[in-house]
Amino acid sequence: MSYTLMFYESQEDFAARQDPVRQEQYLAGWTHYVHALREAGVVVFGSGLYAPDTAATMKRRGGEIAVQDGPFAETKEQLGGIFVLDVPDLDTALEWAARGPVDTVEVRQNIPALK
Amino acid sequence: METLQVIERVARDAYGRLLSYLAVNWRDLGAVEDALGDAFVAALESWPGTGVPDKPEAWLVTAARRRLIDRARRTRISEDALPTLLAMSEDAQRLAAAGAVFPDERLRMLLLCTHPAIDAAMRTPLMLQTVLGIDAARIASAFIVKPATMSQRLTRAKAKIRAERLTFELPDAEQVPERLDAVLEAVYAAYGSGWEEPAIADCPRSSLAEEAIALGRLLLRFAPREPEVYGLLALMLHCEARRGARHDGEGNYVPLSEQACARWDRRLMLEAEQYLNAAAQAGRIGRFQLMAAIQSVHAQRLTTGRTEWEAIAHLYEGLVRISPTLGAYVGRAAAIAEAYGAARGLAWLEVIPAADVVSYQPYWALAGHLYKQLHRLAEARSAYSRAIGLSTDAAVRRYLGRQAAELEL
Repeated sequence: MSYTLMFYESQEDFAARQDPVRQEQYLAGWTHYVHALREAGVVVFGSGLYAPDTAATMKRRGGEIAVQDGPFAETKEQLGGIFVLDVPDLDTALEWAARGPVDTVEVRQNIPALK
Repeated sequence: METLQVIERVARDAYGRLLSYLAVNWRDLGAVEDALGDAFVAALESWPGTGVPDKPEAWLVTAARRRLIDRARRTRISEDALPTLLAMSEDAQRLAAAGAVFPDERLRMLLLCTHPAIDAAMRTPLMLQTVLGIDAARIASAFIVKPATMSQRLTRAKAKIRAERLTFELPDAEQVPERLDAVLEAVYAAYGSGWEEPAIADCPRSSLAEEAIALGRLLLRFAPREPEVYGLLALMLHCEARRGARHDGEGNYVPLSEQACARWDRRLMLEAEQYLNAAAQAGRIGRFQLMAAIQSVHAQRLTTGRTEWEAIAHLYEGLVRISPTLGAYVGRAAAIAEAYGAARGLAWLEVIPAADVVSYQPYWALAGHLYKQLHRLAEARSAYSRAIGLSTDAAVRRYLGRQAAELEL
């Protein structure tokens, strides 16, 4: 079964990525986590995402396309990266979520590919 | 407001007792839970007006019983259930009148929750919900499980009890140790199995620790001759005594061997020692007594100023023989490393099959520590990294990060 872990980061986390003082510690948290995941052999795919202010959002309203700067929704925590894991069940996926270096992780099962 | 406090107190102190009493007679755990829940709601509605009854528990049992009768009539489950209910009702009235206390059926409930037919992973959650009245959402968080999933599993376990007619009867004398062992195991799982702390363990699931100790004390009343009950209680109390010392003033994680003994809770340690001594009187060793004895040796540092690692290694050797868990193997390797050197410790660590430890944090924390002592820097770096990546606790991650940083000096 595959599950997607969505890692939500605070503005502070996103700022730490650029901050010369905090950057190293921020990145180290991810390096170790990714290392543990890969060694456990459960990773299908994973990637970090650039900060939400770099996003572009397309919205179609009444047939007309509007493009806006920034993320779809302005919330305190924004998607910072995802991992797709191949694990037996949701319990195991949540266990990995608890080990992540951020405080909010949403876990959902992936719909199997259509044949 | 006082009424609300009385209801809260009764709910906290008597929920498990009331539920067990009703369930033993009625057998449909789900129905009894609903009925008792309704009875508490009814109490919230009527007590503020009528005043708290003299026997609040008897009032609640009567109210719950009424709900069960209504339900039985509505669903026409079985006619033969009614005599039981009527008997219970008379029982309740008699108990209310005589000023007697309800028979305590919680031991039967504990044994039912840990029945061999119940999935081992569900025994602790079932026990926490029925005997202590802890809600499914909190249990789910403690075990890092989706709350809806936990609720479903609890409902399924209760349905199984009903469908397979699992009994509330006390087991035969020769079965008692085996069945009791399952109860102890479930209580220990509630305490958080990371607490024995073999090496540089991750933070345990500690939010249920106090509840687990309460269950341990309860069990002691029911089984005062079983040394393993004392052993488990001693183990939990020794670990609990060090709770405050696990973090320094800045919230940094402090491993057991570096903890300031002055910050240990001596009252709890003393109590733990008394239980351990009581257990020894029976002359029957078991895994919980061994684990408690290991903690007892650590505790002796308070008076002697040093840790007798050879004694600890010896105790782990015994533990591995009767209870070969990953925690015991890693603990043994840690103790051997302290007593006889990192190389020997590592040799014992490496006998653990690699497939078993891909996501076992204490293994990698100890491996990092031992590789570092042996100046095998690349392996130490990698092991520490995995340990950090597997940790769920930020303070433990920072601690391991500092340990790993020393490699670069």
